[in-house]
Amino acid sequence: MSADLSELYQQVILDHNRRPRNRGKLPTANRVAHGNNPSCGDECSVHLRLEGDRIADISFDGSGCAISQASASLMTTQLKGKSAAEAQRLYDEFHHIVTTGEAPAEISDLAAFAGVHTFPARIKCATLGWHAALNALKGDPLPATPETPKA
Amino acid sequence: MPDLARTRADFPILHQQVNGKPLVYLDNGATSQKPRRVIDALVHYYERDNANVHRGLHALSMRATDAYEGARARLAKFIHAADPAEIIFTRGTTESINIIAHSWARAHLKAGDVILTTEMEHHSNLVPWQQAAQAVGATVRYLPVLGADAEGGLDYAALDTMLTPAVKLLAFTHISNTLGTINDAARLCARARAVGAVTVIDAAQSIGHTRLDVQALGCDFLAFSGHKMCGPTGIGVLYGRRALLDQLAPDETGGGMVVSVNYAGATWKSAPERHEAGTPNIAGAIALGAACDYLDEIGRDAIAAHDHHLAQIALEKLSVIPGIRIIGPRPGQPRGGLVSFAFADVHAHDVVTFADEDGLALRGGHHCNQPLMRKLGLTSTTRASFYLYNTAAEIDVLVASLLRIQRFFLG
Repeated sequence: MSADLSELYQQVILDHNRRPRNRGKLPTANRVAHGNNPSCGDECSVHLRLEGDRIADISFDGSGCAISQASASLMTTQLKGKSAAEAQRLYDEFHHIVTTGEAPAEISDLAAFAGVHTFPARIKCATLGWHAALNALKGDPLPATPETPKA
Repeated sequence: MPDLARTRADFPILHQQVNGKPLVYLDNGATSQKPRRVIDALVHYYERDNANVHRGLHALSMRATDAYEGARARLAKFIHAADPAEIIFTRGTTESINIIAHSWARAHLKAGDVILTTEMEHHSNLVPWQQAAQAVGATVRYLPVLGADAEGGLDYAALDTMLTPAVKLLAFTHISNTLGTINDAARLCARARAVGAVTVIDAAQSIGHTRLDVQALGCDFLAFSGHKMCGPTGIGVLYGRRALLDQLAPDETGGGMVVSVNYAGATWKSAPERHEAGTPNIAGAIALGAACDYLDEIGRDAIAAHDHHLAQIALEKLSVIPGIRIIGPRPGQPRGGLVSFAFADVHAHDVVTFADEDGLALRGGHHCNQPLMRKLGLTSTTRASFYLYNTAAEIDVLVASLLRIQRFFLG
């Protein structure tokens, strides 16, 4: 297997793909947003319970490739307990990682997704769940469509 | 194929490495590769004959016009149309279908009418009908696909109840881009004609793969793209019976399609010009004519037999992979040259990314066929689609790659 491919499918990603965390609907959710990727059919719904400005609980469901599912799973573990502003900062950091391949300033599981940057077609897989989460935070009921990755 | 090595030598693109492995191009359902002759036709036109058609009196314009109209006659012969004027050059299947959905459907359909199509249509033969139906208050109905894996093909028995006099148009795919099912086009057209419905065949997947005779099929309209039959992108055909095309209001208006214009209005030429406003894709049409020559030299019966042969080998070799689900016709049944499959635990996108590493070009996704995917309980499949230059050895590369992918993800 090539270095690029083993970088893309890191153990952290495979682990989240095999054993997704916080998967399923959240009965107590007060925000839901749905994301889909029209070009490939990946779907991801993010359910969260917002208490004040804090994400008290979060889950995701949907179907898609290992990258999209693992990313959504890891995201839920990262966003629990965070404020909307902190969630946005984490997304900005994640977006930087997947588009540049540069490691984050602090040690983070998000770094597992650095290998995505050499597969531009897969960036939108990695960001699908994040877009849904940010839309859920905004209370935006519209489906989130990930941006087309910049080359 | 009689001489596969020679056929492969005709396609320059095949002789390269991808990710350090010989390219194995199995995405022909999306687009085919181009033989040297088609590439040369494009280059020759731009280097020698380029000029606008139908307008000029100079030598180049006359040459370009002759070549363009020659291509029209070549395409007519290719599908056995009665008259070259029945060939409208378009950008491809999608535009061809949209012309009928805009110009024919909106003029002839009214509230309460039914457009009958099938559950296995590509979005391009589905969404235009939904839009047309919405515009006039008509209804779209879907002839069911039978079997949990769609192995039963279309439910022809359902025609008895669904093909009522309210059906004004029947639109269906000749060969399914997702399932590989070959539909009985002549039977469907005959049944539709009996209730007075106009027929539209989406021939995108069949045109370059099988002998096709519009008069024998008995269709009113037929749509296809050049790029899936060894031709360039951006060129396609709408075939229509002359009487229908001459009545059909133009979908686009402008230069080249008018008899006379004054400040009060304009009058239209007859087909084909009335449906080709503006400067057409001259180079594309000429190169598509060259693709017809190429395919007929190889022989479309030989291509169809080769497709079927490869599909049967693929079915046999793929079926032993643990956990694989193959959709479409069962082994031994008629099938176009493609196989779609899914794994319970490995998503199609991961399959395609991994296979690319082995030099394989596959397609993963919903294949512009979302309603059918939902019906089958799938969100995506991986598709291997074959053409005249593919070999049985390439299927072995595919199988080895899939086994490796499974080992990686399932441990």
